[in-house]
Amino acid sequence: MTTTTASSAKEINQILGKIWNGVRRIPPVFPIFLLIFIILGFLNPKGYQTMNGIMTFFRPAAPLAVLAIGEMLVLAMGGFDLSIGAIVTMVVLASSKLLANDPEKALPAILIMIGIGILIGLINGLVVSFLKVPSFITTLGMMLLVRGATLYYIGGAPQGYLTDNWRQFGRNYIQDVPFFVKIPYALIVLLVLGLIFYILFHRTNYGKQVLAIGDNMRAAQLSGVRVKLIRVVTHILCSVLAVLGGILVGGYGGVNVTIGEGMEMQAIAACVIGGVLLGGGKGNVINVAFGAFTLQAIVNLLNQLGLPKPYTDVIQGSIIIFVVAYSALSSQRKR
Amino acid sequence: MTTITTTDNKLKRLARSVRIPPVYIFLVVVFLVGGILDQILSDGQIFTNPLILLNIIVRSVALGIVAVGQTLVIIGASIDLSVAYTISITAIMSSYIMQGKTENVLTAIVGVLAIGIAIGLVNGLIVTKLKVNPFIATLGTSLIIKGIINASFSNYTGSVPKSFEFFGYGMVGPIPVSIIILLLIVFIGWFLLSRTQFGAHLYGVGGNVEVARLSGVRTDRVLIGAHIFCSMTAVISGLFLVSQMRAGAPWVGPNGIFDLNSIATTVIGGTALSGGKGGVWGTLAGVLIFGILDTTFNQLGVNPYLKSVFQGVIIVLAVASYTIRSKKDAA
Amino acid sequence: MKKNLLFVVSLIIVLTMVLTACANTPVETEAPVVEEPEAPVATEAPAAEEPAAEEPVVAANPGLQMEQAQVAMQFWSDEEFAKQMELMSAAPLNPDDPIYLQYLEESPTDITQYPQYADFAAKAPPYNICFSNAGVNNPWRVVGYIDMREQVEQYRTEGLVKNFIHLDAQGNDAKQIADIQDIINTPGKCDLLIVSPNTSEALTPIVEKACEVMPVIQFDRYTQTDCPVVSERSIGGYAFGISGANFIVENLPEGGNVLAFRILPGVDVLEHRWGAARKIFEQNPQINVIGVEFVGYDSFKANTVVSDYLAKYGTIDAVWMDAGGTAVTILEAFKDNEAAYPKVMVGEDQQDYLQYIKDNNILGIAPVFATYQWRTAVIAAVKFLQGETVQHHWYLPQPEITPENLDQYINPAMPPLHYAMCGCEDMTNYPDAWTTPDINKYKDVID
Repeated sequence: MTTTTASSAKEINQILGKIWNGVRRIPPVFPIFLLIFIILGFLNPKGYQTMNGIMTFFRPAAPLAVLAIGEMLVLAMGGFDLSIGAIVTMVVLASSKLLANDPEKALPAILIMIGIGILIGLINGLVVSFLKVPSFITTLGMMLLVRGATLYYIGGAPQGYLTDNWRQFGRNYIQDVPFFVKIPYALIVLLVLGLIFYILFHRTNYGKQVLAIGDNMRAAQLSGVRVKLIRVVTHILCSVLAVLGGILVGGYGGVNVTIGEGMEMQAIAACVIGGVLLGGGKGNVINVAFGAFTLQAIVNLLNQLGLPKPYTDVIQGSIIIFVVAYSALSSQRKR
Repeated sequence: MTTITTTDNKLKRLARSVRIPPVYIFLVVVFLVGGILDQILSDGQIFTNPLILLNIIVRSVALGIVAVGQTLVIIGASIDLSVAYTISITAIMSSYIMQGKTENVLTAIVGVLAIGIAIGLVNGLIVTKLKVNPFIATLGTSLIIKGIINASFSNYTGSVPKSFEFFGYGMVGPIPVSIIILLLIVFIGWFLLSRTQFGAHLYGVGGNVEVARLSGVRTDRVLIGAHIFCSMTAVISGLFLVSQMRAGAPWVGPNGIFDLNSIATTVIGGTALSGGKGGVWGTLAGVLIFGILDTTFNQLGVNPYLKSVFQGVIIVLAVASYTIRSKKDAA
Repeated sequence: MKKNLLFVVSLIIVLTMVLTACANTPVETEAPVVEEPEAPVATEAPAAEEPAAEEPVVAANPGLQMEQAQVAMQFWSDEEFAKQMELMSAAPLNPDDPIYLQYLEESPTDITQYPQYADFAAKAPPYNICFSNAGVNNPWRVVGYIDMREQVEQYRTEGLVKNFIHLDAQGNDAKQIADIQDIINTPGKCDLLIVSPNTSEALTPIVEKACEVMPVIQFDRYTQTDCPVVSERSIGGYAFGISGANFIVENLPEGGNVLAFRILPGVDVLEHRWGAARKIFEQNPQINVIGVEFVGYDSFKANTVVSDYLAKYGTIDAVWMDAGGTAVTILEAFKDNEAAYPKVMVGEDQQDYLQYIKDNNILGIAPVFATYQWRTAVIAAVKFLQGETVQHHWYLPQPEITPENLDQYINPAMPPLHYAMCGCEDMTNYPDAWTTPDINKYKDVID
């Protein structure tokens, strides 16, 4: 009798231990996001506890998540990509000129942008791999180049408009969906891209090789990873995601000169909140997407609290420092 | 034995400090190309008008001062993205404290230097004690400072007295005061790096933290010191800007893109982003290259957005010229 | 253990930073401005006394918003406010001239009144003119810049202007200071300097220095000095602000929620616009300003702000803007959020906005800050150098586009970001130069 209770107690303990272990392994980004979202729900039930409200929330949050996934690939490899903000600017401004207010040109414009995105990523990757310029510097140079060339091309300020069909991806909803009420195109784009990149990054050799390079480049090389190829491919993927993210951003926001400014930093912040280590070797598509949602939720939370916008910066700055400090110190303790 | 190696090291250090960094070849090329184009296509002021030449340096003063600090931090394998908003907070706080009165100038300078030291200390502590990647740490503090500035000031605040304009516009004989101050800061940076133990340790920390620690260097202190120095250069740069502008405003730092530009000019000057290599004289050349580009584009009347394209290309080419022969792959 | 301690300490440090940030009150109230002793500004600046009772319904703190959005003292003058209010209904004194040369107030001047510029007065055309430009970084400035360059091209064919040196400061005060210093350093290069300052105070010292060596004309934003020979723009910021705010007050007799959008702080014309609107809203307590937000030309931000405020307040009855760059985005944001359009809208004379309010039957007004003032700057420069009389404080007319005259200004042939009040219809290259704008094609130096 006593033995059975003891053993069952032991079992319960074991199960609890397992659960605790499982709980401990949940990345901090989920509880943070959940907490903020629950507070938001209390403050504004209509805005954040109805499907309608949640879908409205995802529309501006999805573009950043797309950018963050691309940035994550490069960060996981131990690199940086500072050019994605400039690519967003390019996509929006150059498209506005290419379109010339003609909806029929939407598809060609998007294809041209993706083509240029591939080219930018290719150059980034080649310069990093063969000229051995650190990616931070390569992409810093690329940022100046892309931004300057774009503004030169359009002549300093936008001169046309983005047509409605170009903008629909970032702007419109699929209406009257059962249960979800409405789904923003942007969220669907994010889900599709997220799925593709989840499989690519977590279920294929490519992802393992990226992480291997980020972990220890020399070791990866010795174990047969084609480092140069992987790096070029990764930079291309990042740039293409930046183009796609830019289409969503432009769709939501419309044309203006400053639209992509600082988005590279936002994307890096989202990655960091999503548990990516700068210096490489760690990364998770889903966590990073939630990192982006968290950033957006913080903005909304401060707004709901009636605090002026500047506090957003203070809070975001503090949070990214804390998340990194927390993970750095806790991983150190494990060692 | 040991004495020999130390003198050896000293000699090497001396050689390293005296040798002209290769970026000066770049500088000369950019200058000649700009000048010749100006001669052919415009009125040839760059070669013939010494005032224009001097103004190339004056244009570079604000960036140059803060780039010296950035160089030290990068040599220590760290980075500082918070300099732009440190410049802003300096400009606005100094102008706010001065309120147009000469007697407040000293208080203001002491006050903003204290702010600078505090920011550098916080940056350094977060990087060394909390083990936060310096990029994230200073991005974070930069956001925090930005928020504090924007929450408290939205506009021009206070004003600087006429007498303080001496810093921005004054002349000592034919030489603008600002150039003297720039050279002074560069000299201090050079002195710290090549004539003091702090400098030697900083190179050690940047080259390999573990090795430095094992050989008895108090690595954390050295890096914190570099961060404090960097924030103080940002403060001086902010003081220079506000002296030109009569009043401080929250946008002076970000408008000048001092964070990324100071990093760019530092790496153009031959300082390795991975740390342990480089020096302030190279950085000075990098800054002057940017200044020459500004003036050349003005002279030629070319849309300045093309300048940004050139800057991007120059950054990559300059760094490639250092890295292309290295056997190590870059990150 | 030690690490934990450090963590806690750093937490405290950052928390203190956050708290200090939150504790900071706007300092503008305490900041006495030395240069303006006449400042009867106290009537405007202290908004802190705004009684909370004015906002009976809304719980969150709109008082804070207004308090945050005070007008810095150096940007407020009761006198100028009253004057512009008057000028808004004044008729031009030279109605026979084209609109871009009309003036509403007499303040004649010519080069003989400036003996220090005798060398410049002795010169014969063609003239060389330098232009230090804050930037060509928004659609308003693109249209204005093209107005200006086309005027220069016309003068070139007439043999009146030779070189037109354009120095683009790219929105950076420090660069504009260095650019003007370069012009000062090259005497003889230019016979006159036109300045469109990036911000008001930062450029004041260097413009004063430029005035010592050559005639200067300023337009658009002004520096805080009267040394330029001509300061020229359409009536000004107060008039712009009054126009929009009055329209809102008149069309919301029972009051309502007003959301105010602003481009950026620290620029006199923009500060004046908000200052004037603020004063009018304060005089009409039924108007509840729920927010004042800086969004620049960033339509992404503007869109988010609309969503945020709709989520928080439910309805927004009117939108006031200090510049119409993002007006259409803001209206679209209402639509995208499935909210009703604001009952009253304030924009600017951009074609897309005019078209949008017409197509959607929105009660809107477009106050104008006329782009033709760019053209006037070049004309004033040439006239001044030729010894003709120009206006020292040149108030150009500043018409407003109201529902009554809307149709007259809508021109589907022009691109969406064109400004209706360009005053460019009589130029040689109209409309081609404006329908396919290319700011890179103009040559500064000609042989």
